[in-house]
Amino acid sequence: MRFHLKVWRQEGPEAPGRFFDYDVDDVIPEMSLLEMLDKLNEELIKKGTPPIVFESDCREGICGTCGMVVNGSAHGPQPKTTTCEIRMRHFQDGETITIEPFRAAAFPVQKDLLVERAGLDKVIQAGGYTSAYTGTHADANAILVPKDDQEYAMDAAACIGCGACVAACPNSSAMLFVAAKIAHLGTLPQGMPEEPKRALSMTEVMQEEGFGACSNHFECQAVCPKGIQVETIARLNRAFLKASLKRRA
Amino acid sequence: MTLDGKVPSGPIETRWARHRDHLRLISPANKRRYTVIVVGTGLGGGSASATLAQLGYNVLAFCYQDSARRAHSIAAQGGINAAKNYVGDGDSVYRLFYETVKGGDFRSRESNVYRLAELSGNIIDQCVAQGVPFQREYSGELSTRSFGGALVSRTLFCRGQTGQQLLLGCYQAMMRQASEGRLKVFPKKEMLDLVLVDGEAKGILVRDLTTGEYEAYAADAVVIATGGYASVFNLSTNAVGSNVGAIMRCYKKGALMANPCYTQIHPTCIPFAGWFQSKLILMSESLRNDGRVWVPKKKGDKRPPNEIPESDRDYYLERKYPSYGNLAPRDISSRAAKEACDDGRGVGPSGYAVYLDFRDAIQRHGRKVIEERYGNLFELYDHISGEDPYAQPMKIYPASHYAMGGLWVDYNLMSNIPGLFVIGEANFSDHGANRLGASALMQGLADGYFVLPYTIGDYLATTQPGKVKPDNLEFQKVKEEDEARINRLISIKGSRTVLDFRIELGRLLWENVGMARSEESLTKALEEIPRIREAFWSDLKLTGSEKDLNQQLERAWRLSEALDFAEVLTLDARERRESCGAHFRVEHQTPDGEALRNDAEYTYVAAWEYKGEGEKPEMHKEPLTFEVVQPTVRSYK
Ligand SMILES: Cc1cc2nc3c(=O)[nH]c(=O)nc-3n(C[C@H](O)[C@H](O)[C@H](O)COP(=O)(O)OP(=O)(O)OC[C@H]3O[C@@H](n4cnc5c(N)ncnc54)[C@H](O)[C@@H]3O)c2cc1C
Ligand code: SF4
Ligand code: FES
Repeated sequence: MRFHLKVWRQEGPEAPGRFFDYDVDDVIPEMSLLEMLDKLNEELIKKGTPPIVFESDCREGICGTCGMVVNGSAHGPQPKTTTCEIRMRHFQDGETITIEPFRAAAFPVQKDLLVERAGLDKVIQAGGYTSAYTGTHADANAILVPKDDQEYAMDAAACIGCGACVAACPNSSAMLFVAAKIAHLGTLPQGMPEEPKRALSMTEVMQEEGFGACSNHFECQAVCPKGIQVETIARLNRAFLKASLKRRA
Repeated sequence: MTLDGKVPSGPIETRWARHRDHLRLISPANKRRYTVIVVGTGLGGGSASATLAQLGYNVLAFCYQDSARRAHSIAAQGGINAAKNYVGDGDSVYRLFYETVKGGDFRSRESNVYRLAELSGNIIDQCVAQGVPFQREYSGELSTRSFGGALVSRTLFCRGQTGQQLLLGCYQAMMRQASEGRLKVFPKKEMLDLVLVDGEAKGILVRDLTTGEYEAYAADAVVIATGGYASVFNLSTNAVGSNVGAIMRCYKKGALMANPCYTQIHPTCIPFAGWFQSKLILMSESLRNDGRVWVPKKKGDKRPPNEIPESDRDYYLERKYPSYGNLAPRDISSRAAKEACDDGRGVGPSGYAVYLDFRDAIQRHGRKVIEERYGNLFELYDHISGEDPYAQPMKIYPASHYAMGGLWVDYNLMSNIPGLFVIGEANFSDHGANRLGASALMQGLADGYFVLPYTIGDYLATTQPGKVKPDNLEFQKVKEEDEARINRLISIKGSRTVLDFRIELGRLLWENVGMARSEESLTKALEEIPRIREAFWSDLKLTGSEKDLNQQLERAWRLSEALDFAEVLTLDARERRESCGAHFRVEHQTPDGEALRNDAEYTYVAAWEYKGEGEKPEMHKEPLTFEVVQPTVRSYK
């Protein structure tokens, strides 16, 4: 297969960026999109051109490191797929593929396709945990957890922290990311006690870190590679409201 | 050099408790005066950082990814072992201990393994308290499943994302400590080197991966938790960034490298498809609970799998190992797959794959149950291969996966360098010559949550806090060394890329130091490695500068260390003239092709000491004694 690529290149956070055109030949359908970029990079290095900078690590859809906008959508047009999981057989031979970085105020571009996402860690620091001490605890079966609750918590806990939801949101909101964590912990008996505090402070810090507010566009759900549902946002809103009322009272 | 493992004596059941009771303590008020560096934020480093910070130490945690949550522990799928005996199938601490020692083919320390089994239950309690959503039954109780090499059901899991959930537990605990100011995380900073002051580990030198700047960090002790080295084979189940750099630099500073030849080849991965691949994807071993492994009986049978009748299929694991069947340990299953393919009965385009078939399980339990158990793994497989495993069997083949070897540590997890601790996959401690499934997560968390937090205090109590500062001359010296090495890499200006060399090395190791090793293949590899290294140092081509974000340079640095490491690994494999666990020497096998151990001569840990560039390292031996379990021929028949 052969492809024409339009790739965003930018030398540094302050430098202006633009699209560059590349042709890649001899692409094998089994290749992943990132392996195709590896191949292109090999060719660029051999020519003495700096290779395209992009991040990845696990290359199996779980670490959340990779993340680019492919043909206009975060993680590419296929649903429930991370960038590293995209395989070339999903494209038409000869197609033009556009690749650019996640774009959001809270995610400044560092170089080419690589963005800075430290804000997401800050949001978790604001309460995305249970305060259980590390050490000896009651037996894991001492508190029973209804299977449905555990399954629901697991659905939400599957978030890989990639930030695609932020990149897809017109307001650059991290609401889906926050809501996923609130839903994960708040559904389990171990996380419930701290839910009010967690909902308030995570939402506040989210805004401090430059993420926008949610105005129900729901683009996030469409791009989320792990299928996190916007219904979790409604749950977060309820938890937030309840906690704010309590705080005021 | 005499190697003192500091292994306690007395009844094995109480060794750890008694040992712990005699460790020196630091008063709570004094702890904050001590700084500990933890390199790595996986299950080992993450659990250690969070616990040390909670105890009151001042912790600096480093990783090369952009967030601590992305360490490769995140990719573990199948599960974590714990001797909880929840299902009442006769599990116990002793049984987990026994199976681990046996699974490791009697090449691990009994005391360490017993402690690991003993702590396994606490880990689960801890994780549940953190909100890890382990799979549950309708009763609300925890579910378990079986893993290779075990006769009981003791593996807990979170769908196919157990590592992710356990790591998020650690990461969240870290973030809580960070918010309280006792822990500081330094993402995107790669440890280049260990800094010794008066022979003790007192800091590290890092390269900031965004700016290319060198930075010095001083501490009262250094903990290495940088994961395994399976990536020296180029294609492995590890992350593309996983590397041996940090432990190699410690080795070059005098830490001993133990049993580097023990590398695990995982039996169930999506098969190799070509050198363009950047990694091989694991299909969790848990699939072998319900999947049946087979190849056609006839050589070169090209019929589609569903058209091959029962009578023409060879369920070779069930045939050869009737009591464990599809759950035979990894080393045995991997070799059996290789044997079948070498015999011309492999499937798929390359002939190097075997089937993992769910047809019978789907008939027995229904699609829904199978979906619940393995849904996301089936999805992943479908995604990558384009084939639907509900409709036709998966094709799998072994791939390089895990490092049992690593830096040598004593019972306190301290290396032979005072103040240098090594935990998680980076150390050599608990798995002997082969690790059982679902035991690495257990070990990483046992090390970080429950062992190191006690034992490190014993060392720190002997030191004066904050004695060494980053302006100490030793930091400057190390920086000059490493800067020179990096400048050398940049200035070669040859014609071949890092990836080119990485593939060449990986291929050499896979073919000669992989699943079957011989005196001849190992000697060949030992001749070839220096040749590749020389070519690397004279013909490498990099672009860009060192004072910048330069991913090629990062990879070149890591590969330069892998090239040196490959030699120690191969040397160790050649010197161990026996087969044990994952280390299979073709000269040493039983008539029916099983590993043939030589206990009289090789019941020891081989710990290699660096002797300088181009010099042959020196082997030290730590004899292994078995007081509780008598080494026997490992049988899974
Ligand atoms: C695909 C896969 C599936 C697995 N499934 C299972 C399973 O089901 N059950 C099981 O028990 N085990 C499983 N394992 C094994 C297990 O996941 C690992 O052994 C374990 O997670 C390793 O944890 P760790 O903390 O030692 O290292 P890692 O999680 O690999 O962490 C290494 C850390 O070190 C950092 N680092 C490395 N080098 C440097 C440097 N130079 N400077 C700074 N930081 C550095 C990295 O950034 C990272 O934070 C699996 C492994 C793989 C690859
Ligand atoms: S919610 Fe989805 S898109 Fe957002 S960070 Fe999590 S996994 Fe990524
Ligand atoms: S590289 Fe890990 S999710 Fe894509």
